[in-house]
Amino acid sequence: MNVVLAQTLKCTVNMIKIKCPYCGERDHSEFTYGGDASIKYPELDASKEDWTNAIFFRENIRGFQKETWHHLNGCRMWLEVERSTVTHEIKSVKPCHPEIQKILELNK
Amino acid sequence: MTKFNAWNVFKNGLNGQTGWSRQWRDPEPKSDYDVIIVGGGLHGLATAYYLAKNHNINNIAVLEKGWIGGGNAGRNTTIVRSNYMMPGNHQFYEHSLKLWENLSHDLNYNVMFSQRAHVSLFHSPGAKDVYARRYNIMRLHGTDGELWNLLKLKKNIPHLNYNDARFPIMGAVVQPRAGNARHDSAVWGYARAADSYGVDIIQNCEVIGVKRKNGNIESLETSRGLIKGKKIGFAVAGNTSRLWQMAELGNLPIESHKLQAFVTEAIKPFLDHVVVYGVGGAHFYISQSDKGSLVFGGDLDWYKSYAQRGNLPIVQDVAEAAMAILPSIGRLRLLRHWAGVMDMSMDGTFFICKTPISNLYLNAGWNYGGFKASPASGWYFADLIANENPHKYIQHHHLERFEQGINLDERGAGPDPKMHG
Repeated sequence: MNVVLAQTLKCTVNMIKIKCPYCGERDHSEFTYGGDASIKYPELDASKEDWTNAIFFRENIRGFQKETWHHLNGCRMWLEVERSTVTHEIKSVKPCHPEIQKILELNK
Repeated sequence: MTKFNAWNVFKNGLNGQTGWSRQWRDPEPKSDYDVIIVGGGLHGLATAYYLAKNHNINNIAVLEKGWIGGGNAGRNTTIVRSNYMMPGNHQFYEHSLKLWENLSHDLNYNVMFSQRAHVSLFHSPGAKDVYARRYNIMRLHGTDGELWNLLKLKKNIPHLNYNDARFPIMGAVVQPRAGNARHDSAVWGYARAADSYGVDIIQNCEVIGVKRKNGNIESLETSRGLIKGKKIGFAVAGNTSRLWQMAELGNLPIESHKLQAFVTEAIKPFLDHVVVYGVGGAHFYISQSDKGSLVFGGDLDWYKSYAQRGNLPIVQDVAEAAMAILPSIGRLRLLRHWAGVMDMSMDGTFFICKTPISNLYLNAGWNYGGFKASPASGWYFADLIANENPHKYIQHHHLERFEQGINLDERGAGPDPKMHG
């Protein structure tokens, strides 16, 4: 099969489906897009240059990137999603906060 | 190139239209150029044209990975206006509008520029005050702007939903000299005019690598071979970050987002103005093309993407906005919708600037507003490339403005690219 056709068939053209770890698979219209999840904010007393880079400059990846989504019209959890910015294919979804899964299980 | 004039039309009418030459050549790339512009959209072609016309530089190549005008130049809603407020921006866009006003004559090509007025509706006394302030600032700078009360609006556009809209229409601010143009004509006009000055327009020529020597860019590796250039200009909205990284320059204050546009079946003359509606999270702009189709658009797809395809939730949003102000178009069929990839910058304003590489120049970050800006964009980018110094209108449109804290944020939306609609 030619490359373009294969890529087209893999594309999520109309609706991205995000498998929320708490709610299951939902349409992306239930979520809001946060942004680049790879940004590490520097220490408060870091240089102006470090802060400028963290706030304003982006790698703007063409391909798979880590990004945040907020399940606003669902469980309201912030999720870290690994998604292709070309085909919209999703590789993985996990809670943004690494400890939150543990806390949720403790409170069950 | 045969000039378009009454005599040539008459002459070719008699000889069976055999006297016309092709609009622009299809040259093989030469091995080196004085200036290479990457990106054969409106901005790239306009830059090449003004470099040749204003600065007498003729050994220029415009490299285009697909066909000219096949990117965002062919994917927009063709609105031209200059209702900007920030210093630099309003002079820049006003100059652009003035260039549009004379573009057909200048290029000897009918770009079908139609100054049909740009009408922004408002729906609350608060919005009226905000608009009044903005349009007063414009008027103080010599740009035209009017405030229409409901009576005048009803007289000019009688078929908006004045009866039972969820957000009642209270009036509008209007820029009478604004309007729209034919996107393909502008592309072809610039290409033809640039070509007549000797500019090589090289299509199907994708840049796949940037070769550097002694800190400068020596040549560009392309799908049609290695091309040397003394000066290089990037004008590739949507893919600026990729090219920037090919030149090993790291990150840019830009994210790529997609914006959709829509066209309905053609109907009889129905809408004489460009109408804009934005309230309660809705964003909608509509005009009627000369063919009769309604051309309209709305918000971004709200997530970062390089895909030139739109999603369905936005189709629904835009359709709802259309029904909110123009319920009479509810039975029209949508013929096409498409998406273009925008450079969304961190403050919603563009970049025309020098870069860390001394022979590389950047033209990027046009957000929603690239089409109307293209003549001035070409004008000032050409000026920067030729004279090395930014013109005072674009002196702050550089990459350092974020670190310096002098962001040009028209909307006051903060450093979130998707919010700069």
